[in-house]
Amino acid sequence: MKKMLLVVVALMLTIGLAACGSKDNGTNNKGTNEGAQTNNSQGSGNTGGEELSGSILAVGSTALQPLVDQASKKFMEEHKNVNILVQGGGSGTGLTQVSDGQAQIGNSDIFAEEKFVDADAPKAKELVDHQVAVVAMATVVNKDVAVDNLTKDQLVQIFTGKVTNWKEVGGQDEKITIVNRPASSGTRKTFEKYALGTKTEDLQGSIQEDSSGTVKKLVSETPGAIGYLAFSYLDDSVKTVKYEGVEAKEETVIDGSYPVWAYQHMYTKGEPDAAMKAFLEFMVSDTVQNGDVVELGYIPVNKMQVKRDVDGNVTK
Amino acid sequence: MDQWAVKQDGNNKQSLTRKPSKQHIREEWVGRIFTTLCILFLIVTIVAMVYFVASRGLSTFFKNGVSIGDLLTGLKWAPEGEPALFGALPFIFGSFSTSLLAALIAAPLGCCAAIFMTQIMPGAGRRYMQPVIELLAGIPSVVYGFVGLSVIVPMLRNIFPGQGIGIAAGSLVLSVMILPTITTIATDALASLPSGLKEGSFALGATRWQTIYRIVIPTTLPALLTGVVLGMSRAFGEALAVQMVIGNAPHIPRSLFESASTLTSVITLSMGNTITGSAHNNALWSLALILLMMTFVFVFIVRFLERRNKR
Repeated sequence: MKKMLLVVVALMLTIGLAACGSKDNGTNNKGTNEGAQTNNSQGSGNTGGEELSGSILAVGSTALQPLVDQASKKFMEEHKNVNILVQGGGSGTGLTQVSDGQAQIGNSDIFAEEKFVDADAPKAKELVDHQVAVVAMATVVNKDVAVDNLTKDQLVQIFTGKVTNWKEVGGQDEKITIVNRPASSGTRKTFEKYALGTKTEDLQGSIQEDSSGTVKKLVSETPGAIGYLAFSYLDDSVKTVKYEGVEAKEETVIDGSYPVWAYQHMYTKGEPDAAMKAFLEFMVSDTVQNGDVVELGYIPVNKMQVKRDVDGNVTK
Repeated sequence: MDQWAVKQDGNNKQSLTRKPSKQHIREEWVGRIFTTLCILFLIVTIVAMVYFVASRGLSTFFKNGVSIGDLLTGLKWAPEGEPALFGALPFIFGSFSTSLLAALIAAPLGCCAAIFMTQIMPGAGRRYMQPVIELLAGIPSVVYGFVGLSVIVPMLRNIFPGQGIGIAAGSLVLSVMILPTITTIATDALASLPSGLKEGSFALGATRWQTIYRIVIPTTLPALLTGVVLGMSRAFGEALAVQMVIGNAPHIPRSLFESASTLTSVITLSMGNTITGSAHNNALWSLALILLMMTFVFVFIVRFLERRNKR
């Protein structure tokens, strides 16, 4: 009897709280944001010794998630009043949510301008780009493939289906199996843009997987398979091939001779508030750049000897 | 028999003469409020979900100007292409062929397991086999996907031409996943069979096999089919395990061992990479709407079978 009453009350409370909670959240977030922003503008004259506070939601790219997650934990240890929540969901989700104001930071593998096209283009202008790391991708093949180097042309021919047998590009007589990413994936866009220089279509019989782990497993087990992986996933189970004679490794990415890489972006809507600013500065500080970034297989963004803009123009 | 009836009568009289106490009335009301609240919550949830999926899924047609016919019969899926094409027929084909094949594999296995557990060795079957089969329902689908990728795909690759990935691998994985559904429903149906039917058959001199395939199976067939349809609808909606082993190429495959896609695998693969409100994202919601419609169809079939069963 009493138990029943308790259950009913609990149920009503949870429903009520859930309903109010979602409403409150929005206003709350706005409140803290505005508060922090005014703080920031007032405190800009001072040295800003006040304690940082606020809650930050960082959503997006699963490629960037481990780094932001690890760095945020370190940041929260230093600043007890700042609460950072890191979620995955893909670059598209990250950019949408930061643009709609649901998240404070949107993690993305690609420039917002590349994702927000046509009617959505003005949305990209509101976002502020913070580049925190570089991820480079290598072409990988199954170990039985007797090819060490592929030129841009050969890659284009393979990924557009013009070449379907390894013997046409100097290997053994074996059918090529393409292990691709879905057309909307940031990794695929990076690979197509900087390695192939052209968009490709999904071929009959090609395989598409979204997780790097599955791609690696399939390439390592399927005879004659070809795919591409971020550097952090490379190991002995797959064979890494050179691109235009350039070995895929950190040094060649840093000096600009290996082109297949992309910035990892953390987007904010408008200028970030004090706590977010401190966190984004922490992301590019030496502690994170030389520590977590290297540790997790990314390339530090401040080491790069070349810069690249949205259109792919590279400057030294 | 008589004694029991008398007892029942006595009880009835007692409860009729006694006035319900205050406690009883209160409990009655608490129970009523509690169940009503739960039901209301459930209805709101269902309506909200259908509305959400439908509003997003339909905006592909109304806002983005894709025609329904193109989506249902188009063969080319190139949402990022110029011009963007949204032909979902390969996915519809993939979903139907994988779940049908999975049901074809799992239905005989599940029904035979149920017959074994209820007719042939009820003791050992129900004590050991049923828990083991029900255990299959509790395994996370990512585990099924991984097992499929590590065991079934290489096996198919070695035996058949092709990469091993494809509809065959997908339906094999799915058939194991839907086995508990089919078996449990079939077991319940067979166990609830009136014992007089079987006894009558035995009394006429029929053997056990004759009884099973002439009496037991025909009588419970609608219920067995209900299990199969429910299993199929589970297979239809399963996403992760299939996505890992089917290959996800947006084409109608030329063989069972060539990369193909299902509705669910395309949704899970692309949803996170698309911008909310874009044509690509809306098209994915349209696929979700097709899935929802199919679920309704499956529910309708099950209802129909149940009605036949009662008659």
